[in-house]
Amino acid sequence: MHWPGAALVVLVLAADTLGAQPPGGRLTQRVSGTGIELTLVPIPGGTFRIGSPIEEKDRDDDEGPTRTVQVHSFWMTIHEITHDQFGPFRHRRLDSKEGSSAAIPFDADGVTRPSPPYEDPAHGMPKGDHPVVGMTRLAALRYAHWLSEKTGRLYRLPTEAEWEYACRAGGTTAFGFGDDPAVAPEHGWFDGNSGGTYHRVGLKAANRWGLYDLHGNVAEWVMDTYDPGAYAALPLRPPAVDPMLGDPTRGRGVVRGGAFDDPPARLRCAERFPEAAAWKRRDPQIPKSRWWNTDSPHVGFRLVSPARDQSVAEIAEYWRRVLGTTPRD
Amino acid sequence: MDRRDFVKVGAGAAVGGLAIGFPATLAAKPATPNAIRVGLIGCGGRGTGAAVQALSTSADVKLVAMADAFADNVETSLATLRSPEREEWLGGSVDLRPRIDVPAERQFAGFDAYQRVLPLVDVVILATPPGFRPIHFEAAVAAGKQIFMEKPVATDAPGVRRVLAAAKIAQEKRLNVVVGLQRHYEKVYRKWVDCLQAGMIGDIVLGRVYWNSGGVWVRPRLPGQTEMEYQMRNWYYFNWLCGDHIVEQHIHNIDVANWVMAGHPVNAQGQGGRLVRTGKDHGEIFDHHFVEYEYPGGRRLLSQCRHMPDTMSRVSEAFHGTNGTAPKPGLIVSNTGKTLFEHDATGDPNPYQVEHDLLFAAIAAGEHRYADGELGAVATMTAIMGRMATYSGQVVSWEEAINSDLDLMPAAFAWNAPPPTVPNAEGRYPIPVPGVTRAY
Repeated sequence: MHWPGAALVVLVLAADTLGAQPPGGRLTQRVSGTGIELTLVPIPGGTFRIGSPIEEKDRDDDEGPTRTVQVHSFWMTIHEITHDQFGPFRHRRLDSKEGSSAAIPFDADGVTRPSPPYEDPAHGMPKGDHPVVGMTRLAALRYAHWLSEKTGRLYRLPTEAEWEYACRAGGTTAFGFGDDPAVAPEHGWFDGNSGGTYHRVGLKAANRWGLYDLHGNVAEWVMDTYDPGAYAALPLRPPAVDPMLGDPTRGRGVVRGGAFDDPPARLRCAERFPEAAAWKRRDPQIPKSRWWNTDSPHVGFRLVSPARDQSVAEIAEYWRRVLGTTPRD
Repeated sequence: MDRRDFVKVGAGAAVGGLAIGFPATLAAKPATPNAIRVGLIGCGGRGTGAAVQALSTSADVKLVAMADAFADNVETSLATLRSPEREEWLGGSVDLRPRIDVPAERQFAGFDAYQRVLPLVDVVILATPPGFRPIHFEAAVAAGKQIFMEKPVATDAPGVRRVLAAAKIAQEKRLNVVVGLQRHYEKVYRKWVDCLQAGMIGDIVLGRVYWNSGGVWVRPRLPGQTEMEYQMRNWYYFNWLCGDHIVEQHIHNIDVANWVMAGHPVNAQGQGGRLVRTGKDHGEIFDHHFVEYEYPGGRRLLSQCRHMPDTMSRVSEAFHGTNGTAPKPGLIVSNTGKTLFEHDATGDPNPYQVEHDLLFAAIAAGEHRYADGELGAVATMTAIMGRMATYSGQVVSWEEAINSDLDLMPAAFAWNAPPPTVPNAEGRYPIPVPGVTRAY
């Protein structure tokens, strides 16, 4: 399984003219009236083995048993979403009433936007083109919802399977770059080279499919709800197709890829981190904020978009199903 | 859409997964007939949080009565407390219902609702907006109750004096009083301050404390509200209720300075104003304050607090000694750059829970162990003194501050009574003007 990455063609497409499964290249998604641009690369659909073999060093029990899983093609942002890219969703004044086209309604004043955080979710780390952090899984989903409405194209978090598939990029080693953590400094930010902070996105080497910072910098939300026994429950054959566990607005989420404060072992492709109550330990209110954690400055996200085009009605239906009756604040 | 994006792996798989390790909802140990009876006065987010923590201690406790100015706040809070899914999205929760016994006849609303709770309980949680705290604390002490009260404990000097007087009586009556300045119950702070007080970096000569953040919620005016109801709902922006954010939030950091300096300042001067948060629903408070406090011996504290989105955020404390610095909680370094003390707070207990665990353990043991009332009052007064300095532009001494007769509270508490500040024809409130405003 590989993608012909040598012949990258930069495609700048209006959101509603993106074709399904282009043979190569990348997509620049401009977000009308905000100045935001997202760069995505195509991830070719295929099958892979999710999880790690029992002989893998530093493996945890929740990484197995391995199972063959099939995922459909999708686009993935090459970078973690940045503070700059999150800003127009977070602040109405930075957003505009422009949608992707006159045919697709966008109601900037009707968007459910983040409430003010109790403290800086980034704990004072730099903003701008650094990864945005400290949001809940629900907040990341609401950003994706906003972006979907704004662009007329479906954006969402990757599933756990999609994330791991993209991280492996066709390989079977512990890291996308092999099995040797000694070369990790070339590929990501972790406790040995980060200086205790996240860094501007895209400074380290990209993986085979053109994705940056999957290993380290900040851990990344996925759609799934954490279950240490998730893989044992997957069917052996035929392989599960695009599996996803749980309701992403409930339960304990999962983050992947490790972060700037993790040792290299936690940057492995198969490493799974359940959301922890400690991430909200200093939030004095109950209910605690549905938008922000007080203590997860190591958690951010990136987005995917299915290769198959979705109609505006399908996108609306998707978000109705995902977000449903979730309280708005 | 591609429905397979959303395909679950099958009912059997999901159930199997849940059985393997997903934290299920556990039921709290039921309260016995002899359980410690808890009342909640002030049923907003913090009050509800404090009630959860009280009911999550290992003591035999039950919540028996609740009060708020607004009936809907009581209902919302009780629904949250009763929900077994309260924190399910955090990965599991304890079902508190076996410890909740608050039938309709023990749910009270209105300005005098607190009086109805006191006769029914052993312990009271005081978590209304801070302007009411002196009234509620006084009444709780007079009624001989054990007390958890949130910070700040007042919004003006007359209120602080009432709390100080009641705290003395609480001590005579051997009533436990815990104040929600939870840094005192947080391991990283306790260890760090111990080191500083033991002289690890010599004499402390300077402190720097910060609550710079993006600000808090706004509850816009709704049709049909009286002015009193509007201010009670949107209370953060009115001084009689809130005290301004230097008092309501920054008190945490200023209190740490008092702790490290082992006392309160002798005077304060500073500046502040409204630059960004200037809307009609932003009442009368400033959006930034900078205060220079002087402690005995000429030691100084620089305090800054700001509520402005997209500016440098920092909520922290730092101290400088003759032999080194303590750049942030949990870290102390020498003048030569050597790390003298470092504490990794990962995995430390939640201080909001610790303060309740300790309080209820003391109550269950029948012992008098906690008397935070004076500490809370002094911290509150220190923060109010900072506000007096920024509003007036004058140097304010501790004596002037604590003896101030400026009373911010309304003459009468009723939905149709006039609050102490009212808007002009454009819907705007008088804003303090340094050099002009009498702020103490």
